[in-house]
Amino acid sequence: MANIFIYPSNSLILYDLVERFGHKPLAVMQEIRKRVTTVGIDSPPLNITPEDPKIGLKYAAVEVPAGVRGRMSLLDPLLEAAEAAILVEDAPIGFGCMGCQRTSELVGFLIRAKRIPILELNYPTSDDAAENFVYQISEFLNGLGDGKEAKNE
Amino acid sequence: MNEIEVAQISCGSEYTGIQGEIESAAERVGAKIIFPDIDLEEVEAAEAKFGLKVTSPDLKLMLARAISIVEGRTTADAVFIGTCFRCAEGALVRNEIRRYIHDKSGLPVISYSYTERTTADTLLTRMEALSTIAKRRSLLAREKQSGLTAGIDSGSTTTKAVIMQDNEILGFGWVSSTDVLESAEEAYSIALKESGIERDAVQAIGVTGYGRFILGKSFNADLVQEEITVNSKGAVYLADRQKGAATVIDIGGMDNKAISVQDGIPGIFTMGGICAGASGRFLEMTAKRLGVDITELGKLALAGMASEISMNSYCIVFGIQSLVNSLSKGARHADIAAAACYSVAEQVFEQQLQEIEVREPVIMVGGTALIEGLPQAMRELLQVEVIVPPYAQLIGAVGSALLSSGFIEE
Repeated sequence: MANIFIYPSNSLILYDLVERFGHKPLAVMQEIRKRVTTVGIDSPPLNITPEDPKIGLKYAAVEVPAGVRGRMSLLDPLLEAAEAAILVEDAPIGFGCMGCQRTSELVGFLIRAKRIPILELNYPTSDDAAENFVYQISEFLNGLGDGKEAKNE
Repeated sequence: MNEIEVAQISCGSEYTGIQGEIESAAERVGAKIIFPDIDLEEVEAAEAKFGLKVTSPDLKLMLARAISIVEGRTTADAVFIGTCFRCAEGALVRNEIRRYIHDKSGLPVISYSYTERTTADTLLTRMEALSTIAKRRSLLAREKQSGLTAGIDSGSTTTKAVIMQDNEILGFGWVSSTDVLESAEEAYSIALKESGIERDAVQAIGVTGYGRFILGKSFNADLVQEEITVNSKGAVYLADRQKGAATVIDIGGMDNKAISVQDGIPGIFTMGGICAGASGRFLEMTAKRLGVDITELGKLALAGMASEISMNSYCIVFGIQSLVNSLSKGARHADIAAAACYSVAEQVFEQQLQEIEVREPVIMVGGTALIEGLPQAMRELLQVEVIVPPYAQLIGAVGSALLSSGFIEE
């Protein structure tokens, strides 16, 4: 079972597909859950504190907006743990998004720089493209080994 | 008094970690932050409807929320617009949304670009002004001072006090700010003495400026008010431009305010407090380096040509370094004074006036307005008439005395 970084990082569809094929999806929801269940932090709504953008300095200098660096602090553990990645371009907002295009650009660069297996797809705009979309993801995930066949279609 | 609702339209505040600070600032002035509810379809349609294409989804959400307010699907008393500092796309959206809401809804709007270091205290004055404009329009409608009232403006550099009676200034005090209470007491005592008025005869007192909260308690003030609304009222009152549009520029010792005013009530405004190079402090340092009193710098500047001096930086340290380098090459003191004034005016022009709608007349207030080279530089930059009203340095104190007279009748 491999750790699969997904982007958009809060895409429930990608999360579900990765899990169905027996791998561990790395999604931002896990990181937010850790924060909102940590006793003692009170910085709603995401329990990101002003310290987080400073953690994001690992990826971007201080002239990069704090909102980008705060997002990077959330994504940092996921980027570190990633063994493979599925990146979907041009997805509509409902498919998932991190809200900030600059963050998306930086994350795309960083994940490609890791030199791990990456599947890059465009968001499907027809039924045929959607079938092909799922097929390519299944082939990619099965090809990583240590996974398993999808539990159900 | 009912809680007012401030609609927040923003990108990045939750990831910057300062959402709690925004809500705390609102709470402290009796306001509540609300977020316009938006359907996904509205977000997707927002770009075409607004006419601005953006790539970041949260900015599309901002556009949709702005449309929702203007079209009345969201009801709010005021609007706070925020994006991350140094985000170019965010700045474009922030500015356009601010104009759009202000023009089409008439709601008071403030905007801010935040970093992770933004605190509730930083936002407090802005939020207080927003809250005041939304809920105390009747107070702000006052155009004449009545009775016998006093105003004290506890500024970062100087403290001003004024005594007014029946729409006239009887006397004033203007001292350097050291201890907040001691400086206020000194200025107030001078103003009372000059007016020939006994302290007990004063019917109402208003306080403003950085030290307003502590002064409010100590002087048992009737009005404790931030500088945005007070200075707006004071400026249009002293300039006799109470009706119609105006732009108020106050270059202070520690921060600057640029306020677009309609009938004396602030509409769009910005407060800058990031760079000392755009403050009165820069001019003080220049005067010191030239060996002249700050009161002489303005006249000196009028005799100089700013273009004769090469300024490599707006920074209070490196900008002064440019001036020193020019002096070492034999530059005229008058040119140095003019260049310093132009540098401050240009920085305010580039960094603050772009964020508001500059509408004539432009009224410059605060102690720096008396440094003649500064309004002259602003005239050159804006190419419009710039008014420096009488008692421009007392603007906050006069505004406080004017507004506090509303409490006599209450």
